[in-house]
Amino acid sequence: MVMPRIFPARKGSLDREGALFDIGVKAALLAWGLVTAYPIWYVIVSSLSSGSAVDIGAVWWKPIGLNLDSYRHVLAKSQFWVSYGNTFFYTIAGTAYSLMISTTAAYALSRRAFRARKVLNLALSFTLWFQAGFIPLYLNFRSLGVINSRWGIVVSFGVQAFNIILMRNYFESLPKELDEAAKIDGANEFRVFTDVYLPLSKPAMTTIAIYYAISRWNGFFWSMVLLKRADLIPIQVYLQQMIIQEQISLENASLVGGETFSFATLKYALIVCSIIPVIVGYPFVQRYFQRGITVGGVKE
Amino acid sequence: MGMTAKKGIAGELRENWQLYVLALPLAVWLILYAYKPLIGLVIAFQKFSPFKGIAGSPFVGLDNFQRLMAGPSAYMFWRALKNTVQISLYGLAFGFPIPIILAILFNEAREGVFRKGVQTVSYLPNLISEVTIASIVLAMLQLNGLANVAIEGLLGVFGVDYKRISWMSEPAFFQGIYVLTGIWKNAGFDSIVFFAALVGISPTLYEAARIDGASRIQRIRYVSIPGIMPTIIIMLIIRVGNVLNVGFERVLLMYNPTIYSTADVLGTFTFRLGSSGFIDYGLSTASSMFNSLVGFALVIVTNRIARKASETSLW
Repeated sequence: MVMPRIFPARKGSLDREGALFDIGVKAALLAWGLVTAYPIWYVIVSSLSSGSAVDIGAVWWKPIGLNLDSYRHVLAKSQFWVSYGNTFFYTIAGTAYSLMISTTAAYALSRRAFRARKVLNLALSFTLWFQAGFIPLYLNFRSLGVINSRWGIVVSFGVQAFNIILMRNYFESLPKELDEAAKIDGANEFRVFTDVYLPLSKPAMTTIAIYYAISRWNGFFWSMVLLKRADLIPIQVYLQQMIIQEQISLENASLVGGETFSFATLKYALIVCSIIPVIVGYPFVQRYFQRGITVGGVKE
Repeated sequence: MGMTAKKGIAGELRENWQLYVLALPLAVWLILYAYKPLIGLVIAFQKFSPFKGIAGSPFVGLDNFQRLMAGPSAYMFWRALKNTVQISLYGLAFGFPIPIILAILFNEAREGVFRKGVQTVSYLPNLISEVTIASIVLAMLQLNGLANVAIEGLLGVFGVDYKRISWMSEPAFFQGIYVLTGIWKNAGFDSIVFFAALVGISPTLYEAARIDGASRIQRIRYVSIPGIMPTIIIMLIIRVGNVLNVGFERVLLMYNPTIYSTADVLGTFTFRLGSSGFIDYGLSTASSMFNSLVGFALVIVTNRIARKASETSLW
């Protein structure tokens, strides 16, 4: 059924103002989108261009002298693959471990009957606001044997208070009738957790899994400090050594000179290789991390 | 389940032992990785030697803090503190309004492919690692990088000569570069929370304003902005409370000794004291402890103020 318009559409100045306004909004958003996307686009087209074209600044929007030589050289380094594999290991093992420790704890923290709840909540929230500092943390990691230890890295960086709070809030939002029914059927807390709560929590679990995975994939500082062996470092540390510390230029000094690639295109190709999984996975995970912000929000 | 008002620890454990088992891994983690390191804070009051350890190192009272703030190299500490606050305030002045404006623009644009597309693009940089971002920035700011070439080309059109700038060795540029990079990385993502708040505003309010003859701008001014004020206040509290927590990872990746005068922040200063050259454990710990304590106090104070001033607070 079509409702009759109670207020006639306004003619004249307001309409024109509205149309202009719409154009202004679109133009501003388009500009913002372009500014945001351009650096990434530039890195991609440069990595595919000839070194000489990039070095004289001829590359702007599309590849010039299209070739894959930069990638060929980046991918030929065995250390690249070692670091890449390490990052996959830290990301997968780390995320699985984080999910286990976070969901179990979040469940306990969401139970009103749990007396230690207040203390544990406070102890957890406090870690958001106060850190021990570099030296105390470093000495602690050393005493726990984390230096040059794969599993040490997995275990030590497995908890982020924000994610547990998010999960706890989600569990608390589920209707209490669910577990009362299960309890009457004789299910204990373990059963209620695994058979009632977990199956209902896939969206929330996916959200925190993504947060954990991204922070593992991008993790740099403590990996740099704690992992001193080349066979253990993740891709971010490799990236830092090659690009920020300019090792890429040293290692390829004798090769560069031809037309097809330069130090710059090698760097851009390596950058692209390091973010491909993020860019490919991003469309699939976007709605989840958006949800995390709005569900977990800022509430305690 | 009959609950007695009073039950002992044994009773609680007997009744809820399964919950304790579920919470145990987190409790152990917190003790080992968040609370045990706090013992290390005593190093701030010691002349610490890694060979003697915390138990064997002599206490020196406030000597480390004295050296940190009034010793021969105290200027480095005050410089780092000044840079930290400065970078945070620039970030606040420019980085805080942009996500709000962006969210309002998203809200004003019609739902559809265009809006979705711009949102998707603008959230993406948040997922990119600090190392990658620093790598891109450094590569683009080299002498023959994109920035110089673009400016040269632009000025060339007008026949103006341009001497290429070595961006990362000029102290004057660092803070601006850092803040801009931060906006690029975070503005889109930070807009999500404001956008969600805007979507939550009742459409009847907009309709009423429209009927009263309010223009689009007036509707933003009198409906949208008041509607998301609580969110704005909370986010502002978080930002102000974190004034001393500049993301030091990106600074560490982008700076170099020629620009310490504007680029060195408390995080990088603390890290250098504890890791390179002449390592001074006591001084480094004193510096990070100052950072943590003042930062923590700021969070508490800003939250108090917000609770007094409005109904909004973090806890």
